[in-house]
Amino acid sequence: MKKFLANFLPVRAAWLILCGCILAFSACAGDAARDTSKVATAADNGSGTGAPNDDGLILPAGFTVTTFAEGLGKARHIAVAPDGTVFVKLAKLKDGKGIYRLRDTNGDGKADAITGFGSFTGTGMTVRSGYLYASSDEEVFRYKLDDKNNVVNPDQPEKIVTGLLSRGEHEAKAITLDYDGNLYVNIGAYSNACQVQDRTKGSPGMRPCPILDSAGGIWKFKADKPGQTYGDGVRYATGLRNVVGLDWNKATNSLFVMQHGRDQLHDLFPDMYDQKQSAELPAECMYELHQGSNGGWPYIYYDEFQKKKILAPEFGGDGKKTAGEDAQDPVMAFPGHLAPNGLLFYTGDQFPAKYKNGAFIAFHGSWNRAPEPQKGFFVVFVPFQNGKPSGDWEVFADNFSGSPALTASGRAQHRPCGLAQAPDGSIYVTDDSKGTIWKISYKK
Amino acid sequence: MIGKWTVLCSMAGLLSACALLSMTAKDDAPRRPYGVLQNATGIKQHTTGVKQNVTGIKASIERGKKVYAEQCLSCHQVDAMGVSGMTPPLVKTKWVLGDKTTLVQIVLKGLTGEIEIDGDTYHNVMAPHSELSNQQIADVLTYVRSSFGNKARAITPAEVAAIRAKTK
Ligand code: HEC
Repeated sequence: MKKFLANFLPVRAAWLILCGCILAFSACAGDAARDTSKVATAADNGSGTGAPNDDGLILPAGFTVTTFAEGLGKARHIAVAPDGTVFVKLAKLKDGKGIYRLRDTNGDGKADAITGFGSFTGTGMTVRSGYLYASSDEEVFRYKLDDKNNVVNPDQPEKIVTGLLSRGEHEAKAITLDYDGNLYVNIGAYSNACQVQDRTKGSPGMRPCPILDSAGGIWKFKADKPGQTYGDGVRYATGLRNVVGLDWNKATNSLFVMQHGRDQLHDLFPDMYDQKQSAELPAECMYELHQGSNGGWPYIYYDEFQKKKILAPEFGGDGKKTAGEDAQDPVMAFPGHLAPNGLLFYTGDQFPAKYKNGAFIAFHGSWNRAPEPQKGFFVVFVPFQNGKPSGDWEVFADNFSGSPALTASGRAQHRPCGLAQAPDGSIYVTDDSKGTIWKISYKK
Repeated sequence: MIGKWTVLCSMAGLLSACALLSMTAKDDAPRRPYGVLQNATGIKQHTTGVKQNVTGIKASIERGKKVYAEQCLSCHQVDAMGVSGMTPPLVKTKWVLGDKTTLVQIVLKGLTGEIEIDGDTYHNVMAPHSELSNQQIADVLTYVRSSFGNKARAITPAEVAAIRAKTK
């Protein structure tokens, strides 16, 4: 246990220093922002000084941002048609509508033609081959788009998949498609760690975990066949507790996902994990999946400090015993509980060369780090070369929360969720707290 | 720091004690004579140790704060404001301020299924906490009901015991 702790200390110290810096920085930044408020130009926005720009975000030098839309409420995933038409899925109806179509007709970076349709709530949204795909928490629908990317029949989508399990926990059905006519759907585990009684101290883990038959993985369906359910699809990958951010990587021609790691190691095993360890563990993991892939949930979790797959305490683990020989290692591990909700492989030419084929990840922000400070509420970037990460992750867009204090308390003003790339190579980021959509561009 | 906390605590303690004595709190109807607990079946029974004085409640709140930190905080958060879309706040909700039986049973049996508070829905899982003692449950609920802007009467271990006895 001592050794275990020692592993954390450098991280903790670094974090503290970082925190101090951010605090000091934002104190200065605050002043600067006040002096220049309202006269800040686009160039100032991306000056890389660490000061929030007019639209509230902190970006690397050279990047600018516009607030594309606001007030959409729980704006989850977002998709862009080839002509630049934007579609966003809402998890709460706004004026009775669950999907909004947004267009920027005068090119000022702000949506000016906005219409809603669809009466269901959900998360998934993607455009492929003349169709808009959207998911509720039980179903996947698709809408035909005409050659101007108008929805042909907004009140009568085809129901492609139906009857998926949604039991109040990890219910969002995030979706993506490959380029061979297949649809991939996350069916999250309706459980934290597959205990007999969910999240209950002393309740043992179930081995084999019965949830894995119908959830806790990615299912593959035909993208064009209506009325499919479990029997029609295949379980493409298993042992994934919950995936919200996922994307088909064109460069590797494979599916990448971001898993939400388990919660509550301290609550459930206070003698084994202190609150600090519980805040850091386990890692949020990126996996590359193929037919038959296994992430190892619920039997193991990934410890990014020991760099090992650790046997979960519900299954006899003690924080050190390793297991999960049949489970694959993550492509990359991120700090615990940050909740990756959006993943986008960047294929554009607008951003500097290092971004090409790299991954953007929207971290929704943590809750299960309390009483330790919360963390996340940012978009990170991971450079990729030859289909593998070629460097460590870095924060790309920050200050969605509004301030370091709001990040620490978890009372973030905005929570990043969905990501999409525009035809011109800009990227969109959604916020499912207030429903803001930002458009981030690079100006040489 | 400690001084401040003690002052705060005693103020909170005083407040809830006042509420208890003056019986003006709007939490359970109908009003009952002091020291008599009416359970759901309508049978009157005398509670033991009801003479909770100001210091008793103050101590209960102090113990309850610790129980909260260990048992509730990780989900309901430091400020009891919960987590948007997942865990509801414990601030002025009908469950926190309302009927003691329902409230104690939420702690004993947990809660699942969708609930709505101020137009926001929550549907995560709250696990049962029946392993907590009657004293711990009384303390944590008394703490919650007198903190975070809440004002409702204290809950005694005897009340928890009675509710536990009729809860399956
Ligand atoms: C595992 C996370 C978790 C823990 C730990 C937890 N709760 Fe909850 N609690 C929830 C969730 C989630 C709900 C809503 C359940 C639902 O939607 O049906 C809830 C609901 C409630 C409610 C009713 C709704 C409201 O907001 O008024 C009360 C009261 C409550 N919890 C009190 C407590 C107390 C007291 C403790 C500590 C003894 C505690 N909870 C520990 C997650 C948790």
